[in-house]
Amino acid sequence: MMDMPTPNAAILSKRDRVIARLAAELPTEALISDEAERRAYECDALTAYRCLPMAVVLPDSTEQVAAIMKICHAEGVPVVPRGSGTSLAGGALPTEDSVILGVARLRDVLDVSYADRVIRVQSGITNLAVTGEVEGDGFFYAPDPSSQLACAIAGNIAMNSGGAHCLKYGVTTNNLLGVTLVTMAGEVIELGGAHLDAAGYDLLGLICGSEGQLGVVTEATLRILPKPEGARPVLMGFDSNEVAGACVSDIIKAGVLPVAIEFMDRPCIRATEDFAKAGYPDCEALLIVEVEGSDAEIDEQLGLIKQIARRHNPVELRESQSDEESKKIWLGRKSAFGAMGQIADYMCLDGTIPVSSLPYVLKRIGEMSDEFGLGVANVFHAGDGNMHPLILYDANKPGDLELCEAFGAEILKLCVEVGGCLTGEHGVGIEKRDLMNVQFAPDDLDAQMAVKDVFDPDWLLNPAKVFPLEASATRRAA
Amino acid sequence: MRPASETELSEIVRAASGPLRIRGGGTRSLGAPSVGTVLETGGLAGISLYEPGALTLVAASGTPLAEVKAALAAENQRLPFEPMDMRALLGTEGEPTIGGMVAANASGPRRVIVGACRDSLIGVRFVDGQGRVVKNGGRVMKNVTGYDLVKLMAGSWGTLGVLSECSFKLLPVPETHATLVSDVMTPEAAVRVMSAALGTPYEVNAAARDISGRVCLRIEGFAEQITYRKTALAEALGGDWEVLDGAKSTAFWRDIRDVTAFAGQSGDVWRVSVKPSDAPALVAKISAPVQMDWGGGLIWALVPEGTDLRAQLGPIAGHATRVRGGGADIPVFQPEPAPIAALAQGLRTKFDPRGMLNPGLMG
Repeated sequence: MMDMPTPNAAILSKRDRVIARLAAELPTEALISDEAERRAYECDALTAYRCLPMAVVLPDSTEQVAAIMKICHAEGVPVVPRGSGTSLAGGALPTEDSVILGVARLRDVLDVSYADRVIRVQSGITNLAVTGEVEGDGFFYAPDPSSQLACAIAGNIAMNSGGAHCLKYGVTTNNLLGVTLVTMAGEVIELGGAHLDAAGYDLLGLICGSEGQLGVVTEATLRILPKPEGARPVLMGFDSNEVAGACVSDIIKAGVLPVAIEFMDRPCIRATEDFAKAGYPDCEALLIVEVEGSDAEIDEQLGLIKQIARRHNPVELRESQSDEESKKIWLGRKSAFGAMGQIADYMCLDGTIPVSSLPYVLKRIGEMSDEFGLGVANVFHAGDGNMHPLILYDANKPGDLELCEAFGAEILKLCVEVGGCLTGEHGVGIEKRDLMNVQFAPDDLDAQMAVKDVFDPDWLLNPAKVFPLEASATRRAA
Repeated sequence: MRPASETELSEIVRAASGPLRIRGGGTRSLGAPSVGTVLETGGLAGISLYEPGALTLVAASGTPLAEVKAALAAENQRLPFEPMDMRALLGTEGEPTIGGMVAANASGPRRVIVGACRDSLIGVRFVDGQGRVVKNGGRVMKNVTGYDLVKLMAGSWGTLGVLSECSFKLLPVPETHATLVSDVMTPEAAVRVMSAALGTPYEVNAAARDISGRVCLRIEGFAEQITYRKTALAEALGGDWEVLDGAKSTAFWRDIRDVTAFAGQSGDVWRVSVKPSDAPALVAKISAPVQMDWGGGLIWALVPEGTDLRAQLGPIAGHATRVRGGGADIPVFQPEPAPIAALAQGLRTKFDPRGMLNPGLMG
């Protein structure tokens, strides 16, 4: 289990005063101090970690956010920004001496311009609602994390969220053009806008993925794209992970750029098939490859992809013949996490590796699974090497969570060892915080922490995340 | 000075007692400082990793861009963002380097769809102003481990650190391409047509209005796809379109990319980044030759020497850079609002506390 810093007793002792000051600035419904209601904010999707915050604020304007920040800044109270609380890394986990700042009531669409292909929204709007706003006119917002029904744009920006389709469309940072940012001192700053390149240093690029530690984003300008004429997946089954990995590499080398290449291994195929009945073949490894375009364009691209797949002797090669069938093919993939959840508790990691290391890493994970005595299922975005090993454990069995965390740490170390990274799209949060030393040397971390020094000199925003506690100790104490 | 390794680079910066002028190929010297010892990165050269099957390449910062392009071409891949070559426009000589391209965040016409250099850059190694070697990002295309200093380094013109290594994600080169060219159009009509084109599902990946006023749209893909798309696109937009194929299409976009229309012409050159729908009103304020790229989002203007185009345009939702021309009283880069300028200065002080790296550049 991750350590958290000891709550600051001086802050806890002035709780009443802080709440009174917040109450003076905010409408009644924007402040939660009652314990039962605060309970709903004690954790995010990393439910193994819980902590009751001092108070929760739910502002509905940038001005209210600025007022809150000024009070907390003056009182030295840590602020934990929260989107929809879907973080798998504990990115929105409170500390006892913190105020949770939720953006759930900032949900307005402010402007849509098809001529400029941008949408301006308040940051609490959900990812899917952004697409919902423009799809009737033939546009969509590309980043599609699997939690897109629930997750907020604010959280997407904080974690630089990805999704299944980023091989072609990129991740959040590639689709974000501007933000309104409120600093810890309560200053409101506009970065970027509807133009493509921000002036000066790329502060927008720095904010995206900074896990809510540099400021609170209240509004965002997002790039929207015209919807493709159509899309169609093909399903391929192989009798080894190595062969499936080689097929992925060959498809990419051939010059076709699928919008998605998804991979599932045998344990995951089985669980999913039992759960969703998607009609997946009984095999070692399965790929779902999707391409976009007109019908004729799709035919041409899938023709080439199937030709490549045949060279790898697939046990199954099934091109979708209808929208119905496409949905069914994706249904399995999309139910994978739910299916695993039916079998056991699981921890989901998201280390990324060079695509070329796929077979080796999967083999090692299998060996480690035997060593630790815990099952693993793999389902991931193969085109970009973003793995998602699901480690199965029993939350009711004493010591199992710790064993699972230790196993997870070994997998992430392996990802770094082969040239990859600890997290491809979920973020560091508290979950991977203490592994940062595996990927970064002290000077690497110091350069990142120097950025926080500039934006948040008192280290009050989203405390105890991202950086190992001992690495940030002197800065937090200062 | 010309270090032959990252370690040597680190030692040079650490030991430096006066300002350093960081130089890749010396081809993008806009507003370069006139003081300081030249520190060349040309000794840090070579592609250290290229995996076509993973669409990734890692190269030392002093590697000539031409060398990288040749290696990629052999595997039918490319840097997606079509980096501009500034030699013709600025009248500079030398070989553009990978590090210089990144420091300038140099991006061309395809930027409108695939993103800028910063969007394809997935990892950097650099030496900060105190000589410390720092790495950020890596060689995988999805990476949210820690803060994204990769983006920060792109376009920071060597003021936060001296790049020693850069990693990129790549794209395959499509089988073929074609360019649709219209008759002369007003800026209003041009932006309207470019917006409409970029709003179709035909994946138009470049949309420009050349200095003569013709609108040009590029599509890329498989041969049959292009045959279909050029007809579908022309029908969707209406009007008469001439089609350029092969070498003609390639040459056309090279000229747009490098703004060769203004090469060798007397006058100052400005580059203005705006929202496309704001572009026609701004162009109306410029009584000089103008090229529009990025569907109207990027305006290039050739104005009489000493013109303060920024003053002429007034407040804009975007920014203007003087890419070519003298006059110390007109800043090269758009002055930023005070709170942003304070953050930028704060970062600069953290990364280069002694003020050694390209002092005077970028504010």
